[in-house]
Amino acid sequence: MQILMQSFYLGLCACCFMCLYRIGLGPSAPDRTVAIDILGVIVVGFCALLGLATGQDFYLTVALAWALLSFIGTIALAKFLEGRSFDE
Amino acid sequence: MSDVIGYMLIVLGILFNLFGCIGLVRFPDVYNRLQASTKCVTLGTILLLIGVALASGSGAMAAKAVVCAVFILATSPTAAHAIAKGAYASGVALWEKTIVDRYGEHLKEKS
Repeated sequence: MQILMQSFYLGLCACCFMCLYRIGLGPSAPDRTVAIDILGVIVVGFCALLGLATGQDFYLTVALAWALLSFIGTIALAKFLEGRSFDE
Repeated sequence: MSDVIGYMLIVLGILFNLFGCIGLVRFPDVYNRLQASTKCVTLGTILLLIGVALASGSGAMAAKAVVCAVFILATSPTAAHAIAKGAYASGVALWEKTIVDRYGEHLKEKS
């Protein structure tokens, strides 16, 4: 069971590093925005997995808050890319 | 029994996440990357959360995982749509082998 959990962590870490690669080398700003959005969703999954491994349910609360903040941040970045102000 | 199904769903979800991130690294332009990664990672994370809900068995954790899955199902496509519109408006060029650009035609018709 320990090895199964560790392989789950390894898979999600590989996903995170691929997103970080795109954030670092993305040729344009929208590339980086896409990668930031995807990284947020993957971290939500990571929090849920940590909650399952430790048996404590506040990790799921962290996941919910992270999903909300990641969504708001992505919307703000998308509006910035579109060249509009935030209260439009 | 529900443990086994939960862990199988988690494995499937992480595979979907991996394929989505490989698409994020390998594809040629913003729109292809968005299309590959957003859909794969949304489905993968929802499968992962439902797997956690089935495998944990405790009431509070399963409820929070399901709420989180529904929230991601609602918000992730919305964010992808907003990014695609923002990328087009900020003038990122399409890949040179793109053959159709309906949004550009629509904008030309409207103006």
